[in-house]
Amino acid sequence: MDFQLTDDQRALKAGVRELLTARFGRERLRAGADDGPPGLDRSLWRELGEAGLFALRLPEADGGVGLGLPEAVLAFEEAGRVLLSGPLIATYLAAGTVDGAATGETVVAAVDGVLVEWLAEADVVRGDATGAEPLRSVDPLTPLHRVPAPGVSLGADPDAALLTSLLTAAEQLGGAARTCELAVQHARTREQFGQPIGAFQAIKHLCAQMLVRVEVARAAVYAAAVTADPTDVAAARLLADEAAVRGARDCLQVHGGMGFTWESDVHLYLKRAWVRTQRAGGVTQSEGMLADDLLAGAD
Amino acid sequence: MDLAYTPEEEEFRARLREWLAKVLPSLPPKPSPDDWPGRRTYDLGWQRMLYDAGYAGLHWPVDAGGRGATPTQHLIYLEETEKAGAPYVGANFVGLLHAGPTIASEGSAEQRARWLPPVLRGEEVWCQGFSEPDAGSDLAALRTRAWRDGDDYVVSGSKIWTSHAEVADWCELLVRTDATAPRHRGISWLAMPMDAPGITVRPLRTLAGSAEFAEVFLDEVRIPVAHRVGAENDGWRVTMVTLSYERGTAFVGEVVACRRVLGELAREARKNGRWDDPALRRRLGRLNAEFRALWRLTQWNVSESQRTGGVPGVGGSVFKLRYSHTRQELYDAAAEVLGPEALDLGREWTLDRLSSLSYTIAAGTSQIQQNIVAERILGLPKGR
Repeated sequence: MDFQLTDDQRALKAGVRELLTARFGRERLRAGADDGPPGLDRSLWRELGEAGLFALRLPEADGGVGLGLPEAVLAFEEAGRVLLSGPLIATYLAAGTVDGAATGETVVAAVDGVLVEWLAEADVVRGDATGAEPLRSVDPLTPLHRVPAPGVSLGADPDAALLTSLLTAAEQLGGAARTCELAVQHARTREQFGQPIGAFQAIKHLCAQMLVRVEVARAAVYAAAVTADPTDVAAARLLADEAAVRGARDCLQVHGGMGFTWESDVHLYLKRAWVRTQRAGGVTQSEGMLADDLLAGAD
Repeated sequence: MDLAYTPEEEEFRARLREWLAKVLPSLPPKPSPDDWPGRRTYDLGWQRMLYDAGYAGLHWPVDAGGRGATPTQHLIYLEETEKAGAPYVGANFVGLLHAGPTIASEGSAEQRARWLPPVLRGEEVWCQGFSEPDAGSDLAALRTRAWRDGDDYVVSGSKIWTSHAEVADWCELLVRTDATAPRHRGISWLAMPMDAPGITVRPLRTLAGSAEFAEVFLDEVRIPVAHRVGAENDGWRVTMVTLSYERGTAFVGEVVACRRVLGELAREARKNGRWDDPALRRRLGRLNAEFRALWRLTQWNVSESQRTGGVPGVGGSVFKLRYSHTRQELYDAAAEVLGPEALDLGREWTLDRLSSLSYTIAAGTSQIQQNIVAERILGLPKGR
């Protein structure tokens, strides 16, 4: 047993972070939020394709990278960390079956329950989006449509729902880790009563619990990436959703009044975390599966 | 990231399983919880069996008489012994997990030769005299005084939360040897024989009704200077060397046990009809996620310490914060499953619910642990 990142996995994670820092920095994020409605940056999408983000699991013979789920999870964690925009998971799942998805030429969206993310920008839509109406998305960086008849068609892959849940958990993990960092940065520099607010135990304990949730979720998400077991994925999803939503909430609280403003980034993390919680059945499905698992094997 | 065990690790597991299956049926009946001499005999007997089979001091270094097992082997040992229903470390806890490793790391050759083999062979029991009525979370405030008198220290003061004090042979004792020095620099570590004149042990009844702890009063107890481990006034460092030697294995057996209990809760709920309540099912499902994640976090921490060779780390604080809280949630959920039965002390889960209340207090309260995480991992400034 060696449940730690390998050197290659560390390098991959660092590489994705470097790419995203260079190509999807804060200015780009804010441009989407402040100048909306956001369009999909096609050149960035192609660049992500060139970097292999969508082709991670395709065999090298098919122009892919030939890597497994753990690597995909690490890459999507980094994407979640910077709130990278676009239907990343649907496009990843379409690579190999939809022409141009792997290279980032084709943008793929998918119907998930009654929602479709990024429908208007997509070249290909998985599932029946007939009669889809746009809704005023709570997340200014994720356009949403509602379809009249709920359906799940995340892709041709029989494991599409499972993989959507796992990669969503990875994104939530990245977002949760980032909000913990943002809260700590703020707590170290913001002064009140003549000292950094991070010197107060009330703030310290909020931050400490944020980290605890991140690290517990990390262990669950990485393990689910290794086993691909549906119950492991459900556990990972539940904990990562919670780490992301509560992390963003606590980050907002640590930021005080500034956290409530549009110009702060904190609300973008919270809103994206909310959007992600709705994917692939959401929390109810995860809890149900985990409950049933307790009786598995019992007569 | 690899969760598969190596062939060597699997072989270690298989041999251990085989041995456990062979010896566990031959164990004497478990003594009753208040029968302290009986518990001592039982726990030491189990330790002797481990010694004879080559499993004693598994995680101790070889030059201290241990087996030098890897953190992963230690994890497997704790997992398998729990699953097989083997006895707990019990009265051997302080000897094997704190006093022993401290002596192994900081003691002289004579001290190691005198004290370590009896711990491994299951011949001597140690207890811990650290906390005091006025020195709990703030351990460095301890006031038990030790004066030099010839070749002895003369020690007076009182200790609290001492487990197994009634049946211990030795006590690892922290005393103040310099009252004028800064608090952390006036403390020494002594091995106190529990039969020395001047020691009074008073059992302390917990809210669970049993006497799991004792207060220990010291009235001019004479302890040879040769029983000091480490330099005079260096006892704080001597103690912390072991406390910070975290391999991530502290709660392995307990997490395995909690997962078993959770399955039992679900079956009990199905039997008594409460499983039909979706709110309860969701609550248990959530706990399943928690304990699965805590198991993965254990594997993560153990793998980390396997790579670093055992690091003084604070990752254990992250684990303990979540585990202690989740254990309490587990037994609160058990009470929901039991309904009115939860008020019956005859139900094992009711007693476990009571004892779970200590988890967010013992070995560093959750509030202190959060300070540690915030200051040492996140780098937030010290302060109140």
